[in-house]
Amino acid sequence: MSLELLSDEGYRMDGRKANELRRVRCNLGVFQQADGSAYIEQGNTKILAAVYGPHEPSQNFRSQVPHDNCLINCEYSQAAFSGVERKNRPRGDRKGQEMAAHIKQTFEASIQTTLYPRSQIDICLQVLQSDGSDYAVSVNAATLALIDAGITMKDYIIACSASLAKGVSLVDINHVEESVGCAELSAAVLPKLGRIVYTELNGKLHEDEMGQILEAVEAGCQDVFHVLEQHVREHVKDTAANFAVS
Amino acid sequence: MSSNKTIEMKLPSKRQKNAVQNVSNRMLVTPGDVITEDTIYMKGHGTYGTNIEGDKRVIASVAGVVEPINKLICVKPLKTRYNGEVGDVIVGRIKDVQQKRWKVETNSRLDSVLHLSSVNLRGGELRRRSAADEFAMREYLKEGDLISAEIQQVHADGSLSLHTRSLRYGKLGQGCCVVVSPSLIKRRKNHMHNLSCGVSIILGNNGYVWISPLVKTATDSEAGDGGFDFDKEPVTADDRETICRVRNAILCLAKHSVMLYDTSVQYAYDKSLDYEAKHLLSDDVASEIVDRTLMEIDLLKGNA
Repeated sequence: MSLELLSDEGYRMDGRKANELRRVRCNLGVFQQADGSAYIEQGNTKILAAVYGPHEPSQNFRSQVPHDNCLINCEYSQAAFSGVERKNRPRGDRKGQEMAAHIKQTFEASIQTTLYPRSQIDICLQVLQSDGSDYAVSVNAATLALIDAGITMKDYIIACSASLAKGVSLVDINHVEESVGCAELSAAVLPKLGRIVYTELNGKLHEDEMGQILEAVEAGCQDVFHVLEQHVREHVKDTAANFAVS
Repeated sequence: MSSNKTIEMKLPSKRQKNAVQNVSNRMLVTPGDVITEDTIYMKGHGTYGTNIEGDKRVIASVAGVVEPINKLICVKPLKTRYNGEVGDVIVGRIKDVQQKRWKVETNSRLDSVLHLSSVNLRGGELRRRSAADEFAMREYLKEGDLISAEIQQVHADGSLSLHTRSLRYGKLGQGCCVVVSPSLIKRRKNHMHNLSCGVSIILGNNGYVWISPLVKTATDSEAGDGGFDFDKEPVTADDRETICRVRNAILCLAKHSVMLYDTSVQYAYDKSLDYEAKHLLSDDVASEIVDRTLMEIDLLKGNA
């Protein structure tokens, strides 16, 4: 195989070391129209998230909304130009619906739904460019958008992905590393509370290797959390500067 | 056919950071931050506690400013949907006409309700509502109308009941509505003001601000007649410009997260007289006006 995931000197194809993340850049409050919004780039994976709510449930969901909790509705859409090949069906395809269902499940673990009975919260994700770790970056984008919208959450939800090559765990994999066919583990954690709320494994993995790769994912999540938290604090400081001027 | 209009373009640039003011004495938190471990404090809005035995931490659940009120710790989020309280003045839009009530959209978690029995009907206030009244509801208020009302009741699930049973409230006529975040409206005793620049303004607690020409009634500061007829006299061009300028000034203040109340809006209007009303929408002019307004407010505080 000419494609080497990890060179002998310990470098990956894009020049990173095994435990290094890609560059993370994010912005909160990118839309005025949505209650909360965020844009995040992790390397070349660029995702936009918008949160609407909590609001009165729309016609389609009126029957499903519980009386003591809120309904979380997630929509996941991939732009036609986001992947290697042009995607003709941005939403409503199998992968998109599955991703949306997983993200909805993930956020039900953190959003305090009992504080918003009979309401609906919409999380809309748009993938502008997809270069691996789509689930992880989507979750991070949605977390930032929810914080921007002022929706009560127990903690941030930070997700990361990892793979295994030559016995070394590679953190934050990109599209090429994904398509090689090694096992890929994605996990979402609550960083301050130290809990894992979602894991997903694609590919085959020996059970002895599970511990190692899980540790690598958790370390990756803490690193991403560190970056995103800095950014959110700065955003809060800027916005709150004029807040209590009386 | 050549036209010599100029087009303004802005290249992407780093966002301007606001001047940091008054931040040192307030605690800013993000979800998951531990605010305190002292057991004497009670948990208010925006906080929660793990229900583990022996864990007395108060943890923030939103990103915002910590507001301690005696022993109660609340966190006020930067942006939020409107949380109503009894007695608040709001401006809302009729969304639906149902049997014996109207559904009003008020930028809150759930739609608010305006019962037929909570409005003033033509021909006297104390009339019993008949079936004919129910059929004629759409003649009074239909979908898309704006009303000013007061919150009568907050139900257990958070939905609001409104009433317009005062001459000050009712359907809103000619004017302009501006939507800002509810967190920017300061809670005060009076929300309906007649500004000295010649407009009357209703600062709805839910973030909807209504600007209209001065109400020409014998009594002072009444924005509506509690009924459903409004002044159909054409608004003069000067009034329209003033209304437009006030609207743009409010948007400038909202963009920089400055609290809105009659004094701040009045100052922003005064400072904006140097520019044309339409130029207030550009970012540099907006920052300058906000800076000067904040300086003026500081002066006022310094003198007080």
